[in-house]
Amino acid sequence: MLNNFVMPDLYPAAPEIFLLLMSFLVLFVDLVFGATHRWIAAMLTVITLLGCAALTLVTSDGQTTLTFSNMFVDDLLSDFLKLMSYLAVIMMLVYSRQYLSDRGLDRGEFYVLVLYATLGMMVMISAASLLTMYLGLELMSLSLYGLVAIDRESRRATEAAMKYFVLGALASGLLLYGMSMIYGATGSLEIGGVAQALYQGHSEKPVLIFGLVFLVAGIAFKLGLVPFHMWIPDVYHGAPTAVTMFIGSAPKLAAFAMALRLLVYGLFGLAMDWQKMLLIMAVLSIGLGNLAAIAQTNIKRMLAYSAISHMGYMVLGLMAGVIGGQIDPFTAVNAYSSALYYTVAYVLMSLGAFGMVLLLSRAGYEAENLEDFKGLNQRSPWFAAMMLIIMFSMAGIPFFIGFFAKFAVLLAAIKAGYTTVAVIAVMFSLIGAFYYLRVVKLMYFDAPVDSAPIAAGLDLRVMLSLNGLAIAAFGLFPDAVMLVCTTTLMRSL
Amino acid sequence: MKSQLLSLAIWVPILGALPVFWLGSERRTLVRWLSLAVAIAGFVVTIPLYTGFDTGTAGMQFVEQAPWITRFNVQYLLGVDGISMPFILLNSLITVLVVLAGWEVIEDKQAQYMGAFLVMSGLMNGIFCALDGVLFYVFFEASLIPMYIIIGAWGGPNRVYAAIKFFLYTLLGSLLMLVALIWLFLESGGSFNILDWHHLRIGIAPQILIFIAFLVSFAVKVPMWPVHTWLPDAHVEAPTGGSVVLAAIALKLGAYGFVRFSLPIVPDASHHLAPLMIALSLIAVIYIGFVALVQTDMKKLIAYSSISHMGFVTLGFFIFNQIGVEGALVQMISHGFVSAAMFLCVGVMYDRMHSRMIADYGGVVNTMPKFAALFVFFAMANSGLPATSGFVGEFMVILGAIKFNFWVGFAAATTLILGAAYTLWMVKRVVFGEVANDHVAKLKDIGGREFLVLGLLAACVLAMGIYPFPFTEVMHASVDNLLKHVAVSKL
Repeated sequence: MLNNFVMPDLYPAAPEIFLLLMSFLVLFVDLVFGATHRWIAAMLTVITLLGCAALTLVTSDGQTTLTFSNMFVDDLLSDFLKLMSYLAVIMMLVYSRQYLSDRGLDRGEFYVLVLYATLGMMVMISAASLLTMYLGLELMSLSLYGLVAIDRESRRATEAAMKYFVLGALASGLLLYGMSMIYGATGSLEIGGVAQALYQGHSEKPVLIFGLVFLVAGIAFKLGLVPFHMWIPDVYHGAPTAVTMFIGSAPKLAAFAMALRLLVYGLFGLAMDWQKMLLIMAVLSIGLGNLAAIAQTNIKRMLAYSAISHMGYMVLGLMAGVIGGQIDPFTAVNAYSSALYYTVAYVLMSLGAFGMVLLLSRAGYEAENLEDFKGLNQRSPWFAAMMLIIMFSMAGIPFFIGFFAKFAVLLAAIKAGYTTVAVIAVMFSLIGAFYYLRVVKLMYFDAPVDSAPIAAGLDLRVMLSLNGLAIAAFGLFPDAVMLVCTTTLMRSL
Repeated sequence: MKSQLLSLAIWVPILGALPVFWLGSERRTLVRWLSLAVAIAGFVVTIPLYTGFDTGTAGMQFVEQAPWITRFNVQYLLGVDGISMPFILLNSLITVLVVLAGWEVIEDKQAQYMGAFLVMSGLMNGIFCALDGVLFYVFFEASLIPMYIIIGAWGGPNRVYAAIKFFLYTLLGSLLMLVALIWLFLESGGSFNILDWHHLRIGIAPQILIFIAFLVSFAVKVPMWPVHTWLPDAHVEAPTGGSVVLAAIALKLGAYGFVRFSLPIVPDASHHLAPLMIALSLIAVIYIGFVALVQTDMKKLIAYSSISHMGFVTLGFFIFNQIGVEGALVQMISHGFVSAAMFLCVGVMYDRMHSRMIADYGGVVNTMPKFAALFVFFAMANSGLPATSGFVGEFMVILGAIKFNFWVGFAAATTLILGAAYTLWMVKRVVFGEVANDHVAKLKDIGGREFLVLGLLAACVLAMGIYPFPFTEVMHASVDNLLKHVAVSKL
């Protein structure tokens, strides 16, 4: 057997390999200097991610390259999503530096787990086989479970980690079971092979559909779609805010990649079936997410429900690719790129929103209640304006990126003939506007209850300002990001 | 002709607001003068729109075109015709007055107050000159943000309720419009150009659905009965400047939407549903007129009077004849002046007495003669006295309505009685009679700044009432063209 072993082409996987090696270095450095110089690990993590970005750019040739016996793919989509993930993780690290050090959480484990979670995402993004997908997912999820529980003193965080772990393990099980069914029906673990088998049409439809249901359930869990959303509010609420920010940003990109790779690249032949499932989950998510968010007094929980509704909107784009069984590449690219655009926009807004929570927190004080935003305009007009931008963007009011994201997915949905669904979706976003408006109301119309000066460091302030301005700038000039999303999908599908 | 005038009209106030925000509230004098300078600059750049306007054509003028979102073929497409151009001037002028009106009375966060009005002025200009569906929508919705902040941050005791109600009501309408816009985009084969949609053939069922989507959006904004309930709340709670902009400009956006979207894009549905629209308009004119009669709060009374006057505007549009539509447009501009003036007058009194209740006043003429003269004049204009602008519009609409159907015209004409009744009765109770109490006895007459603001508006009202030709002249060709579009079936 050994004679048949062919050394795989490692070049397309260079960023992953680099990250893995660097994570060892971070572990080692932390062992030696961790007690005295904690910033070294943080610095190295950022350098690692920047190195990954450089490698991703260097190895990106716009071609689709398969390696590791067709289990790993490097295409424009994977490059784009990876770059966005690095960016999100770096932003998260900058945002949370002070928060972590104030609470003594800036240990080496944190950075190593963040790196491994990122590696998991990268593997998911580049997965070309069901097994690779599962491997990446588990690597990411296990690291995230650890991260949620990183504050050992906090009962709520431990409870959240436990819930996340149990439900996450269940979801992984569902996904794996679905994959085994798909494998049984098509005889292939490669995503391309599955698509091929479906195209030839020899597979048994009932087994496929059976597997598909489990697969979709697994994906929906990762995206946090109703009815697989239960973990989101508890985990968002319980985890340290820095970790919540992490969970609420880059993993959404990976989950999007998972949905796209499995459903569109693999099971495109069953699009009419999974589109219906996604449709129901999208409507439920938009509805429940927006309604439940109104009742929250904790901003992290509110943002959790808002995340559920946002993923619902994103899925509106995913389910609009195939119209009436007719496969039209142009329509498909339009629909999927609107979902991609939505995900990117959402990650940017989510980072900003949690950045605001970190801005108002200080040593020994968690600013996680809506009350903490009262009178922010008097304490800091600039950051009140940033939060105003983020909130209106999330509510889908122009001129901010959130509006154009909603616009793109609504257009895709209406084009696919789901006009009624689009009307329902916009009606729920009217309800959603209420709780975003309430935050603006607290900031601008109420008197402050917390008069302490904002203690956040310069790095957080600069990052938050850039983040807010980016949301406004990409809203005034939405063309560039939209075109990047479209081109990426056009060249990768 | 390559012209950047419309871009200037939009972006001068918006960009000018940035340094105002940046100055912050400590440097009050600087903030005021800078805001005034920006507002005046914003008005000055719109003057060439009138002087350079070609009255002979119904086409769009001062057109600017640039790609904006290439993926959806959305363009930065601006242009004005005789219908929209006057509103840009009106809006920019009102902004100057609002800045002047907030000169001393706004003590809290004045920089943000002035900045918010400047931003809003630019956004509203954007609404009136956008010729691309998405661009229109974007301006239309973005203008909610500054208004929400203005009502909520500087309003009366119940301001939070009023601000949120205002926002959600208006958003409800515009979201349905967004779906309609996207539908039109797909139906027209990938164009968001409003002028292209004017030539689009649409079946009757979708036409009616689109009409309803637009109707919800614009009816809330106008506001028409029965979705008018946000307006009295918003008006009462908003600071004077907010009420002025709401009444003078924001309400016109809804009516403008009917002319720009509903009538030319879905003419068959418009004809089909015209009886409904006429009925709603008449309810607004008559029923809301009665409601205005029983108000005890001056701002509420003027708010209801606005709804009643806007009923005239929608009535004028849906009787589909030249004099009716032109009358409605004249009425819109006239109402812009008169309602702004009425709210400013109430503001003048409120600043001194901190009360809007009619019962708290009486005999104001004895202590504030200059003010009383102006107030009575505007009240006359509000009730449609000949030789004021209020008369011209109402008279034209009534003429048009009688042409259309005698009884519709007859019902509409009752406004002349009702309007006079509620306005003059209020004036009688507030201005005339004996001095009611010590507070009134201590009132000081208006100063130079207030006189300038009100005097300017009085001049406009009078000019428009005596010689309306310069106003109707610019509209003529565009209204002609609009009616031609409406007359042709698109089935």
